[in-house]
Amino acid sequence: MLGFFEVGFLHLTWGSIVMLIIGGVLLYLGIAKNMEPLLLVPIGFGVVLVNLPLGGLMETIGGEPAGLISRIFHYGLVWEIIPCFIFLGLGAMTDFGPLIANPKTLILGAGAQFGVYFAFFIALLLGFTIPESASIGIIGGADGPTTIYLTNRLAPHLIGATAVAAYTYMALVPIIQPPVIKLLTTKHEREIYMKPQLRPVSKLEKVLFPAIAAIIIILLVPKSAPLIGMFMFGNLLYVCGVTDRLADTAANAFMNILTILLGLSVGSIMSAENFLKVDSLMVFGLGVVAFATSTAFGVSLAKLMNLVSKEKINPMIGAAGVSAVPMSARVVQKMGQQANPRNFLLMHAMGPNIAGVIGTATAAGIFLGMVG
Amino acid sequence: MAQENVDFPIPGKVLSVNVSQGSGVKEGDVICMLESMKMENPILAPCSGTVTKIELSSGQVVEAGALVCIIEY
Repeated sequence: MLGFFEVGFLHLTWGSIVMLIIGGVLLYLGIAKNMEPLLLVPIGFGVVLVNLPLGGLMETIGGEPAGLISRIFHYGLVWEIIPCFIFLGLGAMTDFGPLIANPKTLILGAGAQFGVYFAFFIALLLGFTIPESASIGIIGGADGPTTIYLTNRLAPHLIGATAVAAYTYMALVPIIQPPVIKLLTTKHEREIYMKPQLRPVSKLEKVLFPAIAAIIIILLVPKSAPLIGMFMFGNLLYVCGVTDRLADTAANAFMNILTILLGLSVGSIMSAENFLKVDSLMVFGLGVVAFATSTAFGVSLAKLMNLVSKEKINPMIGAAGVSAVPMSARVVQKMGQQANPRNFLLMHAMGPNIAGVIGTATAAGIFLGMVG
Repeated sequence: MAQENVDFPIPGKVLSVNVSQGSGVKEGDVICMLESMKMENPILAPCSGTVTKIELSSGQVVEAGALVCIIEY
């Protein structure tokens, strides 16, 4: 008889049932709708596992992690290892060529970060603390690992909400960005033609870029060192030509392992008591404000650049200044082709898009310097 | 009759070819799909007309600037 009382059914609460449904929805979106499946499937399954009562996957004993996933979470996320190593993998699959060929786009990647600060101030006005507001604002960069890294440092109790918001909005880029872009540009501006080819970039430039960029950015914003350092190191492995094996592992096998661990741990902090709170809903609401304003700032800045520069750029590429690579560049490419079938903006949009990754990681470093 | 050369804007691999020699195309029609940077990119017709030359097959790897097709209009 005693064993009977250990059956989980009797311990299911309404909260855990709601969370099981949310986990199911995430799995459905990943598997049936093919939305960011590599992230949503592990996150969704993590949500399901942790909301089944008595499983003990997220158990802690005396503050020390004791469950399978609470250990991964503790040593991977709380110790800030996984998000930084994900940046290593990202670096090993990033081609800085478009950015080096057209360094102006660096400004667009920085401009889009204004949305992060805009949402930061709105969150402050709504009564969130400074560290909480910073963690919410960074969602505007649409960069999952950076959001997790910063929230874990500043407002760990919000990590479930900010992480899921960041990854959801990354997946929703094709839905959120087009209306904002259309609102801010005329048909004529969207039609602006840009020559598809950028200037060729030499190997020397590609090899020097990660080293020089790391040194300059980390000297400027020292707290960005873990993310930017790993990102640029990963890139050096990729471009230097003598470490292809390492670059291949970082970009593929290692990245996949980290994705599994990250997805499961992010999912498993979404227990009913952590997640079903007014705060979480507000994080979701503010997150979309952050993301939409980042897009708006990027586009507006591109329009501003057109006022002063002789060679006109298509202002839509400013929207790619958020760091959702390559989703954002892809949206711009698609809208550019719709407006003018001669246009092929992909490479032009990759510049600000990659600059956006650097921009968001730097913005996180600035927040850490301010309040960390 | 004027003609326009359509070039590949970026290097990649041709996934599918949607038109053949002699087909009529309208501005914005998909000529072929190019896989590049792990994405599928449609190459669109820049103008309406008739395809007079197209020598592509799926699976072919192309460089930026290579000819997609010639459209006469």
